[in-house]
Amino acid sequence: MADENLVEEIVRRYDGEIGMLIPMMQDLQASCGYLPVGQLKRLAERLEVPLSRLYAMATFYTSFRLAPKGQHEVTLCVGTVCHLKGAGALSEMIREEFKVEAGGTTPDGLFSFQPVNCVGACALAPVMIVDGKYYDGVSKDAAMKILQDLPLAEAAAKGEGNK
Amino acid sequence: MTVATCKRFGAPADLERFRENLRGRVPAAARTVRVCIGTGCTAKGSHKVYELFAQALKEVGAKAEAAKCVGCHGFCERGPIVVVQPGDILYQRVEEPDVAEIFRETIVGGRVVERLLYEDPATKARARTAREIPFYKAQQRIVLAHNGEIDPKSIADYIAVGGYAALAKALTAMTPEDVLAEVEKSGLRGRGGGGFPTGRKWRSCREAHGQPKYVICNGDEGDPGAFMDRSVMEGNPHAVIEGMIIGAYAIGSHQGYIYVRNEYPLAVEHLKVAIAQAREFGLLGENILGTDFEFDIRINRGGGAFVCGESTALMASLEGRPGEPRAKYVHTVEHGLWDKPSNLNNVETWANIPAIITNGAGWFAAIGTAKSKGTKVFSLVGEVVNTGLIEVPMGMTLRQIIFDIGGGVKGGKAFKGVQTGGPSGGCIPAPYLDAPVDFDELTKLGSMMGSGGMIVMSEDTCMVGIARYFTNFLCDESCGKCTPCREGLAQMLNILDRITHGEGQPGDIEKLENLAGLLEGAALCALGKTAANPVMSTLRYFRAEYEAHIVEKRCPAKQCRGLFRYQISVEKCKACGLCRKHCPVEAIAGAKKTPHVIDQQKCTRCGMCLEKCPFDAVLKV
Repeated sequence: MADENLVEEIVRRYDGEIGMLIPMMQDLQASCGYLPVGQLKRLAERLEVPLSRLYAMATFYTSFRLAPKGQHEVTLCVGTVCHLKGAGALSEMIREEFKVEAGGTTPDGLFSFQPVNCVGACALAPVMIVDGKYYDGVSKDAAMKILQDLPLAEAAAKGEGNK
Repeated sequence: MTVATCKRFGAPADLERFRENLRGRVPAAARTVRVCIGTGCTAKGSHKVYELFAQALKEVGAKAEAAKCVGCHGFCERGPIVVVQPGDILYQRVEEPDVAEIFRETIVGGRVVERLLYEDPATKARARTAREIPFYKAQQRIVLAHNGEIDPKSIADYIAVGGYAALAKALTAMTPEDVLAEVEKSGLRGRGGGGFPTGRKWRSCREAHGQPKYVICNGDEGDPGAFMDRSVMEGNPHAVIEGMIIGAYAIGSHQGYIYVRNEYPLAVEHLKVAIAQAREFGLLGENILGTDFEFDIRINRGGGAFVCGESTALMASLEGRPGEPRAKYVHTVEHGLWDKPSNLNNVETWANIPAIITNGAGWFAAIGTAKSKGTKVFSLVGEVVNTGLIEVPMGMTLRQIIFDIGGGVKGGKAFKGVQTGGPSGGCIPAPYLDAPVDFDELTKLGSMMGSGGMIVMSEDTCMVGIARYFTNFLCDESCGKCTPCREGLAQMLNILDRITHGEGQPGDIEKLENLAGLLEGAALCALGKTAANPVMSTLRYFRAEYEAHIVEKRCPAKQCRGLFRYQISVEKCKACGLCRKHCPVEAIAGAKKTPHVIDQQKCTRCGMCLEKCPFDAVLKV
């Protein structure tokens, strides 16, 4: 789809109502994988609000990202129960082993890493979600194995970045 | 949904006729299989289990409705949960290979598969139905009454169990004033945490000047370790919607919003389906049930900010702005969303409304304690045997909840405390286990009801560490608008970091108390004002633990790295050499058949030896 039409279509979906700004940005992110600057500029123009307002939204809410995401999405629950059962150490290990920051993407584009507050699946703690699949009672070794086994498609990684 | 007769209800009588039809169609002895698709069970593969049942039933020519996806049963610890009719037989931990056996034995043969029943860990007795399981026995379910019974994506299922009868009653037999009076009389208090009387809030909003008026459902359940609202939205979305329509009628509103957390995609999906169905049946939109009342609901997904659970921040978010709270001396019931009168209630509060209207205020007020009426849903989690979702009458003691329903502390460990009320709540220690749980009692103990998270902690939990965890959480989630919260929390975290790293100094506790006082007095919103609670409540009950960290540089729970040592038990060590091999700093010495020893000078307390030892010979001392 042409980039220009995407913003237009999303804005129309919500009748251009500014109260639906978060859903619009969520839809934009769902289509592009992140919030590309060019699209945000178009959206700001279309809604007649300053770009800074969209930037404020994109940086205030943790679910928005301004950089392309990795090929896989890794979410680690660091809610209280998962914390009690060792999620903190898991998070530290993943960040060190894969050179990835919380909310960032590994240098090779393999996965984006998002620690979140609670996914509400406390019976499974500690929980890690990879591309929508839940893994329960994850140990350090299990987490390493799951992440090391993620397939990396070289070409796709580059293509994503150019979008 | 496959209800061929579906059409708009032009009058309450149409709804009743539809209900009669539904009930007539399903004989009581029909064979059905209900598979839980709550988050816990789904994560353990319940969707596949459902598909296998559906396929097997289809092959024998059963109706499509014979296999059902239902919302959370609450017993997440034992998922996936499958309930077979007739007989209400509850199977737990059902995996794909078990489906064929259940189908052959129970559905076709009418026999029970003993090995999949719940077994009482103490008596070894097997329970056939939920009612025989201690976890369920002591519960009283109003909000969760139909969770696990009905297909959340089927409005027909909801209507069959009495759904929308309360709405019909309100619209035809009651004036808005009658509804208000009923809710006031019921004594219902807000389930989101504050415990403000719901009826009084509604009345203020009704009497406020300005049009239009909005009703809002707060589904931004952000407390870590809490999933009550999620399970209601996922498992019985129509109850929330019905409650909102009734509320809107009482208040005089025509537009509602449901604000759902971004991390809850299944809740969003089920609510969307439910709203579309309600519109189709004439329960939302213009001329609801043939009356001239008009109301509609829109769903907004949150963006992932804890502070948006605060009412003014949530409304800012609904206006498409960053979720920053404002001072509340201007009440949202007068100036809320778009500066108009707005009534915001939590998911569970809304879901209580239909039952109150149907059964009457007197019935509701008879449950609970003097000032906290009805039941409360809790997510009972942490170091507890039966993790899950429970609903109990207000006033039940912590001991009954944690030990009778929850089955006590995992692994036979000693109970240390229970954290209630989310990050802004507090930890309640063992001596208060017999305190009744209601809004006022928990506040007296320095904690709060909050939205209903209950996190059980064992002797292995470091209370300073847990205070640090919550402070870190709140520091992250502080929106940054007011200085006490933004800067104060960062300083508190800094001090707690030092204490848990063994760098605490005399005077640190006083500094923490000082900062806590500042936060409570000067922060702008409820998040900031209560942000010191985790520190204050742990200081109140576990001060000695803070002092051990600061003065003796020792962590009594042996959790804070560097504040305890690892030692190898001479009796247990089999001299296998695994710890020696894995030690990154070569601090372990030993030879074949000689128990190994850790050189405490070299040891960096990384804990690798403990993780690798197959004989539990590495001890924390």
